[in-house]
Amino acid sequence: MMKESRVSNTDQETVIRVGHHESGYWRDVWSYRELLYFLAWRDILIRYKQTVAGSAWALLRPALNTLVFTILFSRLGKFPSDGVPYPVMVLAGMVPWQLFSGAILGGTQSLVSNSNLISKVYFPRLIIPCSTLGVALVDFLFTLILLLGVMLYYSVMPTWRLATLPLLVLFALLASLGPSLLIAALMVKFRDFKHVVPFMIQLGAYVCPVGFSSSIVPENWRVLYSCNPMVGVIDGFRWAIHGGAPLHFQGLIISILITLFFMVLGVWYFRKTERSFADVI
Amino acid sequence: MNSDTVISVEGLGKCYRIAHQGQERAKQSNTLSEQLQRAASAPVRWIRDRNQSTTSEDFWALRDVNFEVKRGEVLGIVGRNGAGKSTLLKVLSRITEPTQGEVRIRGKVASLLEVGTGFHPELSGRENIFLNGAILGMNRHDIRRRFDEIVEFAGVEKFLDTPVKHYSSGMYVRLAFAVAAHLQTEILIIDEVLAVGDMEFQKKCLGKMGEATKDGRTVLFVSHNMQAVSTLTTRCLLMEKGCCKKEGTPADIIAAYLDSSSSSGDGYLAEKGRTDAHVMSARVITSESGGTHVYGQKLRCVFEIWVPEALLNASISFQILDSLRQPIVHAWIFDSDIPLLRKPGVQKLECTLPSPRLYMDQYSISIYLADTRSKSLIETVEAVCPFQIVMHGMNREWAWEKNACKYLEQWSWSLE
Repeated sequence: MMKESRVSNTDQETVIRVGHHESGYWRDVWSYRELLYFLAWRDILIRYKQTVAGSAWALLRPALNTLVFTILFSRLGKFPSDGVPYPVMVLAGMVPWQLFSGAILGGTQSLVSNSNLISKVYFPRLIIPCSTLGVALVDFLFTLILLLGVMLYYSVMPTWRLATLPLLVLFALLASLGPSLLIAALMVKFRDFKHVVPFMIQLGAYVCPVGFSSSIVPENWRVLYSCNPMVGVIDGFRWAIHGGAPLHFQGLIISILITLFFMVLGVWYFRKTERSFADVI
Repeated sequence: MNSDTVISVEGLGKCYRIAHQGQERAKQSNTLSEQLQRAASAPVRWIRDRNQSTTSEDFWALRDVNFEVKRGEVLGIVGRNGAGKSTLLKVLSRITEPTQGEVRIRGKVASLLEVGTGFHPELSGRENIFLNGAILGMNRHDIRRRFDEIVEFAGVEKFLDTPVKHYSSGMYVRLAFAVAAHLQTEILIIDEVLAVGDMEFQKKCLGKMGEATKDGRTVLFVSHNMQAVSTLTTRCLLMEKGCCKKEGTPADIIAAYLDSSSSSGDGYLAEKGRTDAHVMSARVITSESGGTHVYGQKLRCVFEIWVPEALLNASISFQILDSLRQPIVHAWIFDSDIPLLRKPGVQKLECTLPSPRLYMDQYSISIYLADTRSKSLIETVEAVCPFQIVMHGMNREWAWEKNACKYLEQWSWSLE
């Protein structure tokens, strides 16, 4: 009988058993990659349907935030700007911050808002939070255009370091995905996180070096400060976009390690609880 | 597992934990704070509850289910609400995990537990076809290849670029089913989705499913529509209280199911302690148990009337109402036919319909107690004694369809 199931490739056998960790899980994720694309596409379509200003919304928020932060930190707080026009520096931090916060907000809510799918169709659930990165990426592209415009206005020229941007985008996405998976899985059971996440993001905009440069943090605190992965991401973005302060390598390594730690924790917890989502949600 | 078997289920069980009524708080502990509180008070509770019953109860939605499905078979799963049919399909579709046992499935499974899963109202018909197809496991090329077929099947050519929120409910359902009907998987799992849509479309869907089985696909099919079950399936399974109670040919299983379902068949009983003239009880005696009546068989209605004193010009009548509460049959008796209710106390009477020609549907009766001389209604009892009429055992070359008519006349044909 086993022989026959090997002969025909459509005859793959699936075993359903309690606590059975399917060896084919990652293969399943791969075979459902188109669903990932379609869900992302759906979210992007819906985001811009029936909005008059459409993509302008993706620009307006970072633009206004940058304005407020510039007045707050530069004009009133007299924070240093590493020799770069202050608005450029703030926006260079705002761009990855928007990417991160958008991805976190979408990712953590994703399971709950797709509960109808979870209770009626099978597919690897990991697809859902991952697909929300699509919307965050599209919004990111809009803010990137805004950034280029502002850089042109202040005649700040990018260097070769801009080529590392895709890697930094990946870094930002991974930094958001780990906590997203963890919180999304928790939110299936504890809806409290619905209120916690927006609040954390609001706080995060001040805790992370969005409105100021992390070079103001005393040297012996830098490593500890970098335990927040977004510090590494934002420093990286600033370094790639306008230079100014040199990269703090030790801090960057710490940020990457913390990101990986959250990634592993997130995937582990998600996989662990995934099988009961349909019963709980 | 022998080479012909595509699904084998062994000792399958699924347990849900339900909080006890007395332990309301345990059930509600779905917010973090309550969960933390519970965690904090856990040692106290542990000491207190050691000698008490557990705080939650296990509910076995499925228990020790065993069966096998062979390639190309169409297996019907029947049973009353809450018998575990949907849970079984959810486990087989890998939506939820079993608590016990094992399922082995050979081949790709597509499950259709709901029509239009993942449809988004803001998206156009075209966009939803792609989205829904992807959700059901089709890839882009498959969808593109079958796109025209899907659109034609659903009959929504003109509205392809209209958001589906502007669709009529019929169009919506047609489009949703059309996508699912064009899935190309070896195994198809379908839960009660034929109950939607208009008659013509239902017929189309049944046809499509028949086609699917001719292609050698294996279908698992849950329905309350016995007509669909008997025409489509090759073998059936009767579920009861989470167990697989019986397995056999569609005819046997449907008969067993109709026998066991006692959702209808309850008689009418008046409140106790009434002192005015009233209908004390009413009962419709059907040909099968559980309020199921086979078309054309003798139907009896039994009434008990109570009067405090003699009623000289009484009349009793009743109507048989269809599922829309439309009266279809009217029957009566007057005091002038047979002297009625001439003594205080209980009068029992029975009306026999030798061969009612009512078509399959859910029926009930309304009873009227009246005084013919004063032309006054003494009591009206509306829509009681539900029962259903089935066309079981009556064969014709076309499936019996719901709502085709209310009444079948006797006829004779001749060719000239």
